[in-house]
Amino acid sequence: MCIFAPNFRQGIFNQNKGMQINTFKTFLASLFLFVTIYGCASKDQETSLEEREFNGSEMILHHVGDSHSFHVAGEFSLPLPVILWTDNGLVAFMSSEFHHDTDGKVVVERRGQKFVNLHDKIYQLEDGATSVEFNAEHHPENAFRPVDLSITKNVFSMFLSMVLLMLFFMAAARSYKKSTDNIPSGIGRFLEPIIVFIRDEVAIPNIGSEKYHKYMPFLLTLFFFIWINNLIGLVPFFPFSSNLSGNITFTMTLAIFTFVIMMFSSKKYYWKHMLWMPGLPIPMRIFLAPIELIGMFVKPIALMIRLFANITAGHIIVLSLVSLIFILETIWIAPLSVLFSLFISIIEILVVAIQAYIFTLLSALYFGQVLEQEH
Amino acid sequence: MLQEATVNYGAFAAIGAGLSAIGGGIGIGRIGGSAMEAMARQPEMQGKMQGSAIVLIAFIEAIALFGVVVSLLGVLG
Repeated sequence: MCIFAPNFRQGIFNQNKGMQINTFKTFLASLFLFVTIYGCASKDQETSLEEREFNGSEMILHHVGDSHSFHVAGEFSLPLPVILWTDNGLVAFMSSEFHHDTDGKVVVERRGQKFVNLHDKIYQLEDGATSVEFNAEHHPENAFRPVDLSITKNVFSMFLSMVLLMLFFMAAARSYKKSTDNIPSGIGRFLEPIIVFIRDEVAIPNIGSEKYHKYMPFLLTLFFFIWINNLIGLVPFFPFSSNLSGNITFTMTLAIFTFVIMMFSSKKYYWKHMLWMPGLPIPMRIFLAPIELIGMFVKPIALMIRLFANITAGHIIVLSLVSLIFILETIWIAPLSVLFSLFISIIEILVVAIQAYIFTLLSALYFGQVLEQEH
Repeated sequence: MLQEATVNYGAFAAIGAGLSAIGGGIGIGRIGGSAMEAMARQPEMQGKMQGSAIVLIAFIEAIALFGVVVSLLGVLG
């Protein structure tokens, strides 16, 4: 990446064809190197974990799931706080007390209550129990889950994205304040076209030029929040790399926001068309009402599943391609799998932006539907 | 549990995911083909068509992804 930057600048300024091809080659080469390093890094991680047979699906599911500690590099991972609401009040301790145990073997005692970490979920042991007992289906028998308010990897990543967004937009706002002719500088120059795009291509055509103003803050927040979290998921090293927008609770929360705003801004016209469709025979109206009602709930569910499945699928594909090397146990498959994961990663950069755009666009479309009035 | 489930249902889940990919592929292919054709006929409408094609693809993709998620649940649950 460092080699690529000066060449890129030259290529832009010279407008020289040969130079541009060179730039493109350097760009591809540096990307290839970058992804190769990524592949090597995951290999180290895999072999150092435990000396056992490599299990691809287990590794992938562990990677796309949430976790109570954040793996940094090699043997080192960042412990994150575990915060639980139990019968005896709030309990908080660092996840390092489990010593990387996720099989429920290490028991942590706080306020006379015992906790174990079972597959990155915290369980509380029942009174008198000293260790977890499993039934035939490998479910814990003498433990239950307390209210878990922990700062997990995903929550950490959400805070990070909030801080990043805050920094970007504060910088943009400052640059507007400083400029005399209302033209931003720095990051504001990058953000303004996107904001204008959301306004002119998403909000105004779908909601209408009179009412769009009220919904702009939500739509912009939605777009930038989803986009930055998707991008954070694509970066493979420490403070990033969590699969936040591929977590169904995250997408569900956003979809519920959209649904609640839809419900609160709905007009009489919308409900009339929903429950008692005008201009139809009575039996047809009775037949259509439940279908329309189901459709109303399917909209946010589809929003939720679309984002979740797209992002998770992207992560799973890249990880599967990398783990092909370890499944087939040969180094000769490495160039192929690295090339393919490079290809998928580049496509994913496009896909994450499109997914953020689609979530915003569909939210705007639904707001427009419920706001419709008689013509 | 996971191990056992993968052995039992993994193949069926993979078939399910493959079938939903076929459905999504047909849908997206038809949209893409028609959008291309329309753009070739009226190049001045290109921007509008691209936008609506992406939205339509998102709708179809959602259906295909429902299938994939259900297959995933089949493996995990």
